[in-house]
Amino acid sequence: MDTDRLIRTLAADNDSRARPVGAVLATALLVALPVSAAMLLATLGIRQDVMTAMHNPFFDLKFVVTLALAVPAIAISLHLSRPEASLRGRGWWLLLPVGILALGISGEMMLPQRLPMMTRLVGNNSRVCLVAIPAFSLPLLAAALFGLRHGAPARPALAGALAGMLSAGLAATMYAAHCNDDSPLFVATWYTLATALVTAIGALAGAKLLRF
Amino acid sequence: MRGREDEWTDLMRSANAGDGVAYHRLLKSVTPVLRAAARRGLARAGQAVDQAEDIVQDILLAVHLKRHTWDAEAPFAPWLFAIARNKLIDALRRRGRRVFVNIDDFAETIAGEPAAETVSAGEVAMHLEGLPARQREVLQSIAVDSTSIKETATKLSMSEGAVRVALHRALSSLAAKLRKE
Repeated sequence: MDTDRLIRTLAADNDSRARPVGAVLATALLVALPVSAAMLLATLGIRQDVMTAMHNPFFDLKFVVTLALAVPAIAISLHLSRPEASLRGRGWWLLLPVGILALGISGEMMLPQRLPMMTRLVGNNSRVCLVAIPAFSLPLLAAALFGLRHGAPARPALAGALAGMLSAGLAATMYAAHCNDDSPLFVATWYTLATALVTAIGALAGAKLLRF
Repeated sequence: MRGREDEWTDLMRSANAGDGVAYHRLLKSVTPVLRAAARRGLARAGQAVDQAEDIVQDILLAVHLKRHTWDAEAPFAPWLFAIARNKLIDALRRRGRRVFVNIDDFAETIAGEPAAETVSAGEVAMHLEGLPARQREVLQSIAVDSTSIKETATKLSMSEGAVRVALHRALSSLAAKLRKE
């Protein structure tokens, strides 16, 4: 086909309007969130003492940390869905949860503790945590990749990695309601490992699925 | 240079507001620039430059289908060159070469490039055959026989809306087929 004809054809299709990537991503995540929540409730459930736990600042801190990962990761992945975008100026947002965790750890160090440090770090749930966060994040990861496919990321593996981080962040937010390990040391170790795993899966999937 | 890129931005804004003529002018205006960059990329990779037109058409399709990712507050040229660069790298990689594509390849193109000769390419035409019947008929009618959407609707006894939908689907499937190659 000659290029002039193709151009005329594309112009004839000018009235077609695609939805913005942000709208597609938001819808997909809103569909996936209840699925992940149902997975949590059907398997592990929420911890029994959740009403008392809410008065423990270290319990609440877990949600601050996981959301401080999920929210910037959503914003950055949305930005990266534009072909001319780069991480520059935004990449440091991902240090936010790291900074909050560091503050949490030093806060905990300053308080008298019943349990030794290694016991708090290893916790009771490390293996469950490593399985549950990646498992609950899968529906969210699929939704994030679906949303970002609607965009045009110049670096598909990077965009996929961000999709992994945002889904791990959201899944960890839910898992935190089950987990009775509240020490920031536990979070820094096991939540981080789980997030790294999901991020790697996202990068691999993104490299394949997010090319345009 | 600056003037041309500002003009592109204005044309794309009008196109988004529903002005099909502006959109047509925009695509006509960017094509020689894309063609020159594709030729240069192929030449540098030691490939025959006569494949440039396939790459140009691939870029135009991507521009069309991803134009909602352009931020109307930003200039159009960097977005266009990012799409083009991505597609050019993909095309060269598919042809099995290590590639270096400089963003300046696009920006540098001088106004004195040979004016838009229209060039034919094989890949889009080849994939046209593989489309579902309805999509192919609509695309054939509009692209090859240059029939308007209205006339196509009458000819195929479809509603205009259905023609529009089939046309858009046909273009999306073409792009998907080009990507899979």
